[in-house]
Amino acid sequence: MASGTTSVEHAADAAAHGAEASGAGMPQLDFSTFPNQIFWLLVTLVVIYFALSRIAIPRISAVLAERAGTITNDIAAAEELKQKAEAAEAAYQKALVDARAEASRIVAEAKAEIQAELDIELKKADAAISAKTAESEKAIAEIRAGAVKSVTAVAKDAAKEIVSAMGGKADAKAVTAAVTARMKG
Amino acid sequence: MATEAHEEGTGLVFHPLDQFIVKPLFGDGPIHWYTITNATLWMALSVVAIVALFVLGSRGRAIIPTRTQSIGELIYGFTYKMVEDVAGKDAIKFFPYVLTLFMFVLFSNYLGLLPMSFATTSHIAVTAVLAMAVFLTVTIVGFVKNGSKFLGLFWVSSAPLALRPILAVIELISYFVRPVSHSIRLGGNIMAGHAVMKVFAGFAAVAVISPVSVGAISAIYGLEMLVAGVQAYVFTILTCVYLKDALHPGH
Repeated sequence: MASGTTSVEHAADAAAHGAEASGAGMPQLDFSTFPNQIFWLLVTLVVIYFALSRIAIPRISAVLAERAGTITNDIAAAEELKQKAEAAEAAYQKALVDARAEASRIVAEAKAEIQAELDIELKKADAAISAKTAESEKAIAEIRAGAVKSVTAVAKDAAKEIVSAMGGKADAKAVTAAVTARMKG
Repeated sequence: MATEAHEEGTGLVFHPLDQFIVKPLFGDGPIHWYTITNATLWMALSVVAIVALFVLGSRGRAIIPTRTQSIGELIYGFTYKMVEDVAGKDAIKFFPYVLTLFMFVLFSNYLGLLPMSFATTSHIAVTAVLAMAVFLTVTIVGFVKNGSKFLGLFWVSSAPLALRPILAVIELISYFVRPVSHSIRLGGNIMAGHAVMKVFAGFAAVAVISPVSVGAISAIYGLEMLVAGVQAYVFTILTCVYLKDALHPGH
């Protein structure tokens, strides 16, 4: 192939080459170059074959296998981590449930304790109240008894006075009986 | 691909095929089988490119690949899957061989598209050797693996008995035409594309047509980018198909 900077001389040379190559002018059919091309082609193919089969193909297949292995391992590791995360979540949920149960147990206990204390205090209060009530009733009864006595005395005295004022002679026994009978009525 | 049409006195002179001339890189002597020629140079460059991509690119052996390593892995995976899917699981031992062919054809095609370069795969001598290598591999593997059963490839047992001899002749012819079509498909495609570009480049010398010509070169260059990849792929997948025939003859 002639270069870009063709001179007339070069072109003539190329033309001469072409003419010499074959009658039809196709360099492809110039059999004198065949041994050369075939020889160098075989050299080329052998070099490429060995470069590929001895170096490149083992290397690339090793890299591809390693990559596939790495990816598989990573996926397995991810799966494992996912399971771990699920286990952790389950443990967390369990802990949460336990804590809730514990909390409600404590609440119930506290409630029961408070209730018990409350009951005791209530009983005490009730006892105190009933004691006070009894005392008061007694006092009221005393006062009432005192009052009845006084009324009786006053009624006897009044009855005696009234009988004497009427001009009669007050019979103490009769008056007392009469007053007592009246008081009962 | 420099303009090689020169205005010499009257009219345009096209030399669209001059780009394919194999000539010595140093000096101007005759071409012996060992002479370092432009074909040698561009084959060597394809080796350099392949080594750079696959050996230097994967140097780091990184789990998270670099860009170059990623491209190498992509091509590796693509070819591996192609061999596995088309030729079957037991064809995996031919994977380095298929990858070698694929990479050589692919890189030669694309390197040949560089301006001023030499397209090694446009030469029938190169493609014929590649195709013959595939043909011989397939035939030898076929007989070694299957013995005489490999001939069952030509005996279509699912066809009516009367038709079988005729089909056998057709199958036999098609089998032996394989290397021819295999090589000419690749060489012809690359050569035709490059020659067409050169013809348009010749027209670019005329001022009036040159915009059209340059546009056409750009368009065809784009097409050739596609063709270079597709032809390398076709060459490889046909290799896999033929390998499948060798490993699993019978229809």
